Amino acid sequence: MKDVIQKLTETYGPSGFEGQVRQFILDLTQPLDGITDAMGNLIIKTGEKQKNGMRIMVAAHMDEIGVMVSHIDDNGFARFSPIGGVYARNCVGSRVRFADGTVGVIGMAKPESPDKMPVLEKFFIDTGATNRKNCKIKVGDTACFERPFTQSNSRLVAKAMDDRVGCAVMLEALRRLKESPHEIYFVFSTQEEVGLRGATTAAYSLEAEVGISVDVTVAGDTPRANHNAILLGSGPAIKVRDSGMISDPRLVKAMTRAAEKEQIPHQFEVLEGGTTDARVMQISRAGMPAGCISIPCRYVHTPSEMVDYNDVENAVKLLVAILSHPIKL
Amino acid sequence: MKTGSSQTHARTSIGRTQMKLLEKLCLASGVSGAEDEVRDIVMAEIKPYVSDLKVDALGNVLATCGNPDRNALKVMVAAHMDEVGFILVELEEGGFYHFRTVGGVDIRQVPGKAVWIGSKHTPGIIGAKPIHLQEAEESKRNISLESMRIDIGGDGNSSLKPGDRAVFATPFKLSSGMIFAKALDNRLGVATLIELIKSAPKKISLKAAFTVQEEVGLRGARVAAYALQPDLAIALDSTPAYDLPDPEGTENTVYNTRLGDGPAVYLSDSGTLSDPRLVSFVARTSEKYGIPFQFRQPGGGGTDATAIHKQRGGIPSLSISIPHRYSHTAVSLASVDDWQNTLRLMKATLSEITAEVIRVPRP
Repeated sequence: MKDVIQKLTETYGPSGFEGQVRQFILDLTQPLDGITDAMGNLIIKTGEKQKNGMRIMVAAHMDEIGVMVSHIDDNGFARFSPIGGVYARNCVGSRVRFADGTVGVIGMAKPESPDKMPVLEKFFIDTGATNRKNCKIKVGDTACFERPFTQSNSRLVAKAMDDRVGCAVMLEALRRLKESPHEIYFVFSTQEEVGLRGATTAAYSLEAEVGISVDVTVAGDTPRANHNAILLGSGPAIKVRDSGMISDPRLVKAMTRAAEKEQIPHQFEVLEGGTTDARVMQISRAGMPAGCISIPCRYVHTPSEMVDYNDVENAVKLLVAILSHPIKL
Repeated sequence: MKTGSSQTHARTSIGRTQMKLLEKLCLASGVSGAEDEVRDIVMAEIKPYVSDLKVDALGNVLATCGNPDRNALKVMVAAHMDEVGFILVELEEGGFYHFRTVGGVDIRQVPGKAVWIGSKHTPGIIGAKPIHLQEAEESKRNISLESMRIDIGGDGNSSLKPGDRAVFATPFKLSSGMIFAKALDNRLGVATLIELIKSAPKKISLKAAFTVQEEVGLRGARVAAYALQPDLAIALDSTPAYDLPDPEGTENTVYNTRLGDGPAVYLSDSGTLSDPRLVSFVARTSEKYGIPFQFRQPGGGGTDATAIHKQRGGIPSLSISIPHRYSHTAVSLASVDDWQNTLRLMKATLSEITAEVIRVPRP
């Protein structure tokens, strides 16, 4: 699975341009029939609904944050606008990679005062061009942040761990899942980072009875971090609440029972800022019970997002455990 | 390359009839939620050319034209009829009305403007204290909305009531190929869509939606797209051009669009990532027909496409806008050439587009 995580995270896929990630997953899941919908979501169905089973949508998003070029200036510097939650403080010195492989460095205008971070409009991408004409990049081109995958002990570090690690968990669960009473739709969704857009339309199409997303959550175990109880290495987090949704309490209980039964370490997530695909599943059509398995992650939305491999393994176990048996709500 | 059809489309032009219609549309009052005047004009204009003409529960005008074959590609084109403006909330003695803004209006641009109120376009003025009477300090302060009133003079007109809408009272002028008017956002789009209906595309089924309440949250387009269930959609709107010289004398890198550079094709705004397949198709079409266009700079804002593309199982969508300066103020400024090129690009797009374009997966 580590190998898959490395390949997934190193693949280019800003929101709205997830094609390369989708192709990688399609190749990996041969000969299963993956369906690509209007929004670019990849949907892989497995199992038939048994008497005690349900129609379940499981979603992890393929897209990552990135930038889109808005102007090439006289001197060949590319101005850009963010795709998703790109923060100025994480940009300085970052490198970005375009779909065609072109790499650029992000620089910024001199700050008005040393303790004030300029707004993103004052940043630019330097691709080595010296004027507008010899700049290979055009307005509308998109890029993702560029940083190779690395690991240290059980920690894995990469850009786009949010949410390629979730995709990897789903792929591994799909591989390991043997017996299930459920009809399961594994949705590799698009445009989550810009507003849960892919999951919105997929949830409408699939009309599931239960929705589960697999995403990362912000760990609170670094010096002076945001106050929360999520620790890296303490197991997948069962989402109770975030700023966009309240997990169905019955599903939280069912997930907890599954974890306890299989003795899978786990923790509970209450996230102050941010949400995930499960939010839109929950309010799709007439509504469905929805929840989320979260993988604790440090430095979210920086080019060096860190997870613990044991959490990833345990997230797979938890997802398989939930999907293998009837879900009592 | 089919040069024959290119020439046909090159003749598409904005003449006196089109300009008269735009004038009528701009002079009509159509603040969000009270689009009646605009709707009446639209209905009268398109009625002879469409089937399935209806006004839905929210007030959207929905109509079908073009290829009547049930299997024809269904292309929704949406243009919002509403404009930003004001709503009366309470009458004070002497004909002064408290009011609130509807949609995105910059309060600093409001004092001193004339307005038309209600269905009779009763004149009013959002008065401000004359400079003679101001203390030196006063001129530096912004005037709050709470302190402003719409003054209709005298003892007040008994036929006006809270809930009545008011719009900027701006005449329509044409000068040196430029249009000066209120509500160019989005009567330009409405006028363009009417023209598209009048010379309906042959191959596709055009699902026209003249939408309501765009300026207050894309509310009309949402239900229109749900009802029409198109295969793909184009939101036809107007977008700000801020192509003024940079005050510091450096390069203006945040102009959004530039007047005179042609229709503005959206790439990304705060609510939509335009379907890249449609973006490249429109770009190819513009090249084939020799029609200029520009990309609107990716950034904030949103159009009906935001609501449309997330309906049902997802609808590939794109926005194309006519640039205009000073959007959402009393008077804006647009170029006749840009309007004409937008109409040409839309016609070319609707005549060329096929299901193949969206059959390939998104990149």
